Amino acid sequence: MKRTLVALVENKPGVLNRVASLFRRRNFNIDSLTVGRTENPAISRMTIVVEADADKIRTQLYKLVNVIQVEDVTDLPEVTRDLALIKVRVDSQTRGEVVQLCDIFRAHIVDATPEAVIVEVTGDEDKITSMVELLRPIGIMEMVRTGVVTMTRGDHVLSPNGYKMRPSGNGYRTNVL
Amino acid sequence: MKLTGAEIILECLVREGVEIMFGYPGGAILPTYDAMTKYPQLRHVLVRHEQGAAHMADGYARATGKVGVAIATSGPGATNLVTGIANAMMDSSPIVCITGQVPTTAIGSDAFQETDITGITLPITKHNYLVYDVRELAYTIREAFHIARTGRPGPVLIDIPKDVQNAVTEFVYPEEPIELPGYQPPRYASEEDIAAALRLIEQAERPLILAGHGIVMSGAGREVLEFAERTQTPFALTLLGKGGLPETHPLSLGMMGMHGTGYANLAIQNADLLLAFGMRFDDRVTGNLKTYAPNARKIHIDIDSSEIHKNVRVDVPIVGDLKAILTQLLPHVKPMEHKAWLAQIRDWMEDADERDIVHRDVGERLFAAHVIHDMWKATGGNATVVTDVGQHQMWEAQYYLHERPHTLITSGGLGAMGFGLPAAIGASLGLRQPVWAIVGDGGFQMTMTELGTAMQERVPVHIAIINNGFLGMVRQWQEFFYEERYNATPMLSPDFVKLAEAYGIPARRVTRREEVIPAIEWANSITDCPTLIDFVVEKHDLVYPMVPAGADLHAMIRRPLPSEDSI
Repeated sequence: MKRTLVALVENKPGVLNRVASLFRRRNFNIDSLTVGRTENPAISRMTIVVEADADKIRTQLYKLVNVIQVEDVTDLPEVTRDLALIKVRVDSQTRGEVVQLCDIFRAHIVDATPEAVIVEVTGDEDKITSMVELLRPIGIMEMVRTGVVTMTRGDHVLSPNGYKMRPSGNGYRTNVL
Repeated sequence: MKLTGAEIILECLVREGVEIMFGYPGGAILPTYDAMTKYPQLRHVLVRHEQGAAHMADGYARATGKVGVAIATSGPGATNLVTGIANAMMDSSPIVCITGQVPTTAIGSDAFQETDITGITLPITKHNYLVYDVRELAYTIREAFHIARTGRPGPVLIDIPKDVQNAVTEFVYPEEPIELPGYQPPRYASEEDIAAALRLIEQAERPLILAGHGIVMSGAGREVLEFAERTQTPFALTLLGKGGLPETHPLSLGMMGMHGTGYANLAIQNADLLLAFGMRFDDRVTGNLKTYAPNARKIHIDIDSSEIHKNVRVDVPIVGDLKAILTQLLPHVKPMEHKAWLAQIRDWMEDADERDIVHRDVGERLFAAHVIHDMWKATGGNATVVTDVGQHQMWEAQYYLHERPHTLITSGGLGAMGFGLPAAIGASLGLRQPVWAIVGDGGFQMTMTELGTAMQERVPVHIAIINNGFLGMVRQWQEFFYEERYNATPMLSPDFVKLAEAYGIPARRVTRREEVIPAIEWANSITDCPTLIDFVVEKHDLVYPMVPAGADLHAMIRRPLPSEDSI
C-alpha cells in the first residue's frame, strides 16, 4: 500500500543524494519524491510517496545525520497537491474541447499557439490522472508532473520542540541524552 | 593563531586525544604529511596498502574503545580504504578516515588521482564530509569524531581538498558541545518499556539472553551478568558479543548461530523468552526466520531504532544505551530459578561434549581445534586475539573462551578476509602489548604485505597461521553443498617461515600436537617484535556444527559421534 511520509532535512549539499541512495540500497520503491524550501532557510522539506513498510523507512531515514524529523502522514487528514504541465496538440476543432475540460477541472491554459496549448492543472494525484486520461485521446505531446507535496490539516505541524525530540523504535518514546 | 588547513587537521586530532594515525602519503595529502613534522606527539604508522590502514584503525578502535584514524591520499589511496570502511560500518567500529582530494578548482574535471570518495563511501559510512572551506575544517573534524564514537558507532570520512589544506585561517577550536538537530542518540528507556519488559521476564520459564556486540560497546557486561545470575538466565553470545560476558561462566552457552554450539541453538529454538541485548538478529545467527525461536516472546534492546523489527518481530522493543537501560531495569528484577530449563540445557551439553574433537584421541595428526584449544590454555584465556575470516575464525570462536570485553577482534558482518594481520597490528599498537593474530593461509595472503609494517614498527603481533592448504570455509561449502567439486579452493602458499625470516621476523613451523604449547610459549616470550608460527593442520577437517544458510536453526549438521565416524 502507498504511504506518504514527510521529512524535514538540513538544507545542505548532498542531502537529497543521501536520501535517494538510502532508498536504492534498502530496496524501497519510491513512487514520488519532492523537495523544497521551508519557512526556515536551514531546513528543507521532503514529501515521499512509497510502496513499502513506512516504519522501516522512517527508522532508516533517522540514521541519516541530516534528517531531522520524519512523519508518516498517510492516515492523517491532509492536503495533497500535485501540479502538471501538459502540452496538447490542438486544431480549431479540438481547442474548444480542451478549454471545456479545463473549466471542469479548474485548470488553466498557460500558453497557446495555433498548434498546441499548455494546460496547467493542480490537485491531488487522482484528479490529475483523470485529466490526463481525458486529454490523451486529443493528443498529449509532452507532460511533466512535479510529484506530490503534502501538509496535514489543522494546527498539527511537523517538528515539535524546535526539532529536539525524535521518536525511536516503533513509536516508543525514548528520552534523549 | 593563524594556521594552515593541514595544521588545523593535526591540531584537532591532538585535541580529540588521537595518539596514532595509520596512513600512506600521496600528492593530495602531502600538505598534511608535511605538517606532521610539527606534531611529534602524533605517531604515524606507514602501512603498505591503505586497506591495511583502515583495518588497523578498526583494530585499534576495537581494542581500546577509542576512535581509530586512517589517512590516505586522493584517488587510489582513498579507494583502497573502501573495504576497511565497509568492515567498520558493518561491525559498528568508530574510525575517522581523512583523505586528500584534488584542489577545489579541479574537482569535477577528472583530474589526476581524482575520485568522488564521498560518493563512493556514502552507503558505507555513518556520515561523510567534503570540506570546501578551511574555516569549516575544525568544526567538521570535531563533529566527525562525535558522530563516529557516539550512538551506534561507525566510520566517518572527511575528504579535504589540497587547497583547503594549504589555506590559512585564524584557528578557533569549537569548545561548545556538538549539537546536531538530526542526531541525538537515545539513551534511556521509558517507564512503560521497563514495565513491559519486567512482565515478560517474570512470566518466563525458559528465558535466554542473546548477548551481542552492544554489550561490549556499551560496557554493560557487569549489568548483564548481574541480570543473568539473579534470574538464573543462561546466555548465548554472537560472534562479536564474545568477550562481553565470561564464557567459562556456568550460565554461558558459548556462541550461537551457523557455527554456534548445538546447545545454544537448541536453547534458542526451545526458549519461551529471548532477551536480545545489543544484537541485531543477523541471518548468520537466526537461520530460517520462519522457524526461528517459534515459542519465544522477545525483548530487544538496541541503540539503533532501525534494527527493531528489521529481521525479527519482537514483543518489547527498547531503543537506547544497553548499560543505561539495564541500570533502570535491574532494581526491579527479582531473583528467580529455572532449574528444569538449565537441566535440559546440561543434557544437550553432554551430547555435544561427546562429539567434540578436542576430547578425542586423534593420534599424530594436528587439528586446528587442538591448536586453538591449546592456545587458550597456554595463554590462560587472557590474550587479545584478532582473527581473519574463515574456518579458523569459527574454531577460534568455538575453542578460545574469552573472559573480558575487547579481547576478541574479528570481522563479523562483512566477513572480510585480510582483516586479521592489519587489525592485529592496530590492536597491539593501541594496547601497547602483544596480541595474537589467528589467520588462515588464504586470508593471510590477502594482506601479508603488512608484515613490513609490523617489522618497521616492531609490533609484537604473534601470527598463528592455521595452514590447511585450502580456502577451507569455501571448501567446506563445496563438500556439503556442491558435491565435493573443490574448484579454486586448493591454494599453494610460500614457505611462511622463510617469508617471515626475509622480514627478520622470528618464525617456526608446527606439525605435531606436542609442539603446539611450546611454540606458543616461545612466541609469548618475545615481546618486542612480531613472531610467526605456521601450524600445518589437517586439510580436510570441517567446522561443526553447521546450520546451512537459510536452514532451520535446529537443523544442524553435527560432528558425528565417535562410534559413527573414524574422523
